[in-house]
Amino acid sequence: MDFLIQRLPLYLDGAWVTIQLTIGGGALAFVLAMVFGIIGTIRHWLPRAVSTVYVEVFRGIAALVLMFWMAFALPQLSGYQLDDRFAAILALGLNVGAYGAEVVRSSINAVAKAQVEATVALNFSWFQRMRLVVLPQAWAQMLPTFGNLIIELMKATAVVYLIGVTDLTAVAQNMRESTGETVIAFLGAFVLYYLIAHALIFGMRLLERRANRKLGRAVPRGKGLKSLAQSTPVGSGTAGGIS
Amino acid sequence: MWDFQWTLQILPDLMDGLAVTVQITVLGYLIALVLGLLIAIVRRAPFVGAVLHAAMEFVRTTPLLIQVVFVFLLAPAYISPMTVGIVVIGVHYAAYTAEVYRSGIEGVAKGQWEAARALSLPARRTWGAIVLPQAIRKVIPALGNYLIATFKDTPLLIAIGVGELLTEAQQIGSASFRVVEVYTVVGFLFLLVSIPSAILLRRLERRYAAV
Repeated sequence: MDFLIQRLPLYLDGAWVTIQLTIGGGALAFVLAMVFGIIGTIRHWLPRAVSTVYVEVFRGIAALVLMFWMAFALPQLSGYQLDDRFAAILALGLNVGAYGAEVVRSSINAVAKAQVEATVALNFSWFQRMRLVVLPQAWAQMLPTFGNLIIELMKATAVVYLIGVTDLTAVAQNMRESTGETVIAFLGAFVLYYLIAHALIFGMRLLERRANRKLGRAVPRGKGLKSLAQSTPVGSGTAGGIS
Repeated sequence: MWDFQWTLQILPDLMDGLAVTVQITVLGYLIALVLGLLIAIVRRAPFVGAVLHAAMEFVRTTPLLIQVVFVFLLAPAYISPMTVGIVVIGVHYAAYTAEVYRSGIEGVAKGQWEAARALSLPARRTWGAIVLPQAIRKVIPALGNYLIATFKDTPLLIAIGVGELLTEAQQIGSASFRVVEVYTVVGFLFLLVSIPSAILLRRLERRYAAV
């Protein structure tokens, strides 16, 4: 135990890098998911085709392969060397954004037809319809799957140590090499990953509640914040979860 | 910039790597399918189930990469990195497939259980002839998703030196200092496998989801 307490600052530094990558990758993925998800619902074939190509290409290539390409092939191709962390965020964001775009697209399509018809009857513009009616409802539907995706993203950040970023996994590796204590060195990282994941789950549940409350939908009553800590397990998402 | 001669030259080695990747994917996924089902069934037991659930939760919330490296370091030397990779991938995805099976089992109508009990079928027949055939049919598309996910996670095994596609690519790259062709071809090979599988999966979904 002393072992871990002494080296805690190093682990926390590693965890901080992991969190930064998760937030950076998550922010990029969110923007990409929204943009490509929304243009995937436009009736004209061209934006839909663009969206499909983005989704299939970046979902189909493993994040690690994408990361290697950006960290090693891109500098040879263009002459510019990306910062390793930036390459990692780019690769993770593009990859997870492709999953997210599918979620956004299907959530928008799942909004009741009558809602869209009502906006037409009210002579709303496309922007008004999206902003005021469709997206708030689709948002509540997207959030649970987004929750799974952000956990997947957080877990995927572990691969950055293979391109030389000192994240939590890299710290565990360094600790093991300098002390020879494999089990304890890795235990510290496992626990921190577990904690980060649960902090993310908790945050996403808060967002879900807020989204549902704004729509006037019943929030499971009673237990307050405590109920957030339980309910559905991670990764139990239906289609679109990962893959 | 792009050298086709060179691309053709490295292609056979990369295909070898792809073959290893596919092999790991299939074996790991088989473990996930079988183990996940066992976990989903045992999870219904009172005490063991709760412990198992916590363990699965832990596996699902920590990165596969660090799990692979950890087990590899602790495993005795006579176990090959490839075996370690297959087993860890299998167990990791079993934690996911167990949830899928669970949702399928819970989706089986209550009357089916009651009927099995009324006929006083033994547990094995209840599961084998009544519950599982209905449960599994419904979750086939969801299980298929995890096959593609498994495939895309195999490059992680580069961390423990399994000779899969990405490892092969890295070796070629570092020996020749020409990485553009190598990594681009690897990207295309991934698409070559994952896009057709995604299309196949969509067909499966159409076939089974309507039941």
